[in-house]
Amino acid sequence: MEITVQEFKHCDMITIKGRVDSATAPQLAQALETANDAGKYKLVVNMRELEYMSSAGFRALLAAQRNSKRYNRGEVVLAVVPERIGEALELAGFTELFKTFDDPLSAVGHF
Amino acid sequence: MQSIQFPAKFDFLDEIRDFVGRIARAGGFGSKEVYSIQLATDEAASNIIEHAYEGINNGVLEISCGMQGSAIKIVLVDHGEPFDPSEVPMPDLKADLSERKIGGLGIFLMRKLMDEVHYDSQPGKNSNTLTMIKRKR
Repeated sequence: MEITVQEFKHCDMITIKGRVDSATAPQLAQALETANDAGKYKLVVNMRELEYMSSAGFRALLAAQRNSKRYNRGEVVLAVVPERIGEALELAGFTELFKTFDDPLSAVGHF
Repeated sequence: MQSIQFPAKFDFLDEIRDFVGRIARAGGFGSKEVYSIQLATDEAASNIIEHAYEGINNGVLEISCGMQGSAIKIVLVDHGEPFDPSEVPMPDLKADLSERKIGGLGIFLMRKLMDEVHYDSQPGKNSNTLTMIKRKR
């Protein structure tokens, strides 16, 4: 798994590439925490190149959403969710917790 | 059934998913079902590594996988602490963000993605067996 962070005027985009499982989810959690710790609470998670995500990744997203939404200071949104990952998120009841966008730029434009 | 012993470490989840994915694809499952089978197996293995082998560095996880008629059967055997997934409460998927529980999600997914999930622990033998079955639609 690879993570890149891109800063926009009103939000940061965190792009995840590859596979997120129990081995790699701590890296994702760390990237999200680092953003939050830097005062970045408006976050786009770009999943265009994400191949796989287990519940370990879902938990990292949930923790970041909780922290970001506190005091109405921001939120985590998801962009370009691959079909299989979207189905698993749906099954886990996560789709109501995150706004999703079909392309990264409309997600950035949301903020 | 093909069997492979894996070190009970998260770093081997990739290989575990490849192993069951290969057999599922060869058995005629479509890509959506192959993903489901890989995800369920990952969740099962992750739970064993995290809970059954908590604090143990040299645990072994034996995974057997094969087609039985039009169904795939996956058996995970460990020698750690008994951990019965059916005793884990189901997460409340309607709970709002602040009340959403972080645990139990993997087990919930396993049960939703597979047709059958059975757990059997034999304390005398120090052996726990998790069996999952998914039938072709």
